Amino acid sequence: MSTLSRADVARLAALARIDMSDSDLDRLSGQIAAIVDAVALVSEVAGQDVPATSHPIPMSNVHRADEVRPSLAPADALAAAPEAEDGRFRVPRILGEEA
Amino acid sequence: MTDWTDPTQVTRASALEMADAMRAGTVTSVELVQAHLDRIAAVDGPVHAFLYVNAEEALATAAAVDADRATGAALPLLAGVPIAIKDVLVTKGMPTTAGSRILEGWLPPYDATVTAKVRAARMPILGKTNMDEFAMGSSTEHSGYGPTHNPWDLERIPGGSGGGSSASLAAWETPLAIGSDTGGSIRQPAAVTGTVGVKPTYGGVSRYGAIALASSLDQLGPCARTVADTAALHEVMGGHDVMDATSLDEPVPSCLEAARDGAANGLAGVRIGVVKELGGEGYQDGVKQRFEEGLDHLRALGAEIVEVSCPSFKYALAAYYLILPSEASSNLAKFDSVRFGLRVERDTIEKTMGATRAEGFGDEVKRRIILGTYALSAGYYDAYYGSAQKVRTLIQRDFAAAFEQADVLVSPTAPTTPFKIGERIDDPLAMYLNDVATIPANLAGIPGMSLPAGVAPEDGLPVGFQILAPAHEDARLYRIGAALEKALVAQWGGPLASLAPELEVAP
Repeated sequence: MSTLSRADVARLAALARIDMSDSDLDRLSGQIAAIVDAVALVSEVAGQDVPATSHPIPMSNVHRADEVRPSLAPADALAAAPEAEDGRFRVPRILGEEA
Repeated sequence: MTDWTDPTQVTRASALEMADAMRAGTVTSVELVQAHLDRIAAVDGPVHAFLYVNAEEALATAAAVDADRATGAALPLLAGVPIAIKDVLVTKGMPTTAGSRILEGWLPPYDATVTAKVRAARMPILGKTNMDEFAMGSSTEHSGYGPTHNPWDLERIPGGSGGGSSASLAAWETPLAIGSDTGGSIRQPAAVTGTVGVKPTYGGVSRYGAIALASSLDQLGPCARTVADTAALHEVMGGHDVMDATSLDEPVPSCLEAARDGAANGLAGVRIGVVKELGGEGYQDGVKQRFEEGLDHLRALGAEIVEVSCPSFKYALAAYYLILPSEASSNLAKFDSVRFGLRVERDTIEKTMGATRAEGFGDEVKRRIILGTYALSAGYYDAYYGSAQKVRTLIQRDFAAAFEQADVLVSPTAPTTPFKIGERIDDPLAMYLNDVATIPANLAGIPGMSLPAGVAPEDGLPVGFQILAPAHEDARLYRIGAALEKALVAQWGGPLASLAPELEVAP
């Protein structure tokens, strides 16, 4: 496993939709690389024939009765939205100029 | 005996004593709530345990309880006893931020199941407590609203992420609080403030309405100053909930009965395992000393002490810091400027999201989201996330083998007493080490308790004693914890919190 570069951190931040300034990258990329180096310890068990555990208490097919219940009113759901219009969430345009 | 006309003494009583006094008619819920609101006004400036104080509604709830009690109506055990709620739980009518600026001022449109249970138990909610942003941290220094200060020494951390809840208890601002524990966020704050906290079995308490950090690790739990109070709150919070698919469909454990049994009957026949890997190098001398003294008390109470080994624990911290960021990066994708929270407007939605998340999230959240994005990315998934999940299996096997030899396992809760605010803020790996003894329980889903073990001789600061039980056996924590607490309180002459230096009171 390889150490993360500053460019790697910039690319990952873009994938995670977090804008990063140069000073953010200066501050955070070394710390993140150090954490990646530390957690790479788990690779020692990678070769072992051990099943993976994703959930501490195994459960499957959790069902509940299919009953009509009260749910959030549209006005309540929209009440905390940064912008709403005609009973919907309003957002800035999806496509940029070049599209 | 408590003088219920003296507000200082009122705030120092236990929750169960308050409940008894209300039933006996010696104090009212309004008097209890007012005494705690006055205490918050007097000390919370420098402590900063609360992000929001819910004075008006708490007094109204208290007045309604007092009125019902006057008619002789049957009321729940803790009716009228005030409580504080960690800001990770959504509360209708009270702002909920999870310690993040991205949710500043957000008013949730619904109650979490645990919030609803607290209301159904007729408990006045004093307010919302501070926490590391989205519960990422061990000190509350990562809160978007400034750190909470430890009432034992205001220059030191109160633990985290639930440092607001632990500090509010240690500062006598509330007798009960709710926490959440993803890697130790209930137990480590309890340890460093001389209070009690329990992480129940995974699924024992509904998480509907708890703002998710890492869904395979998160668990809500009770915090208090005594084991019996913690037990009583656990019974209020616990139980199956159809709104949480991971909720266990089984009865709530009899925590209070177990606590009373432990305190009354000692521990003859109980086998207690000391985990070899959770001690020794890296643990402060005074922490080790108080832990050993705790073992002596357990022996004197009739328990047999054995040593157990959990060799895979050496991978626990690394596995945790892959699984948690991976799940967090997914859970926190919902903070996208569309439905709630901050929006930093740009000309397209994509740029708006990038700018909003840059401004709304703090450094620790950014670090963990980026780390999780990396761990889940194509080409690295098997090596990182896949291996971490194998570690989880190995840790579960270690616990299973250890619980063959012992009824419960014990260790110090945290390697050190509380450190100074600012000391580890720029060194994430040093910060992560605070949780080395608490993380294995979350990876395995088992229940754990931290209770006070005394103060370290070298610095006079609190040390925590951790007890771990097999999944579904939460009651064992209360039996063993209550027995140990009784022996220690007899030695100290009162609860550990009463040995803390007095806080300066604002005029």
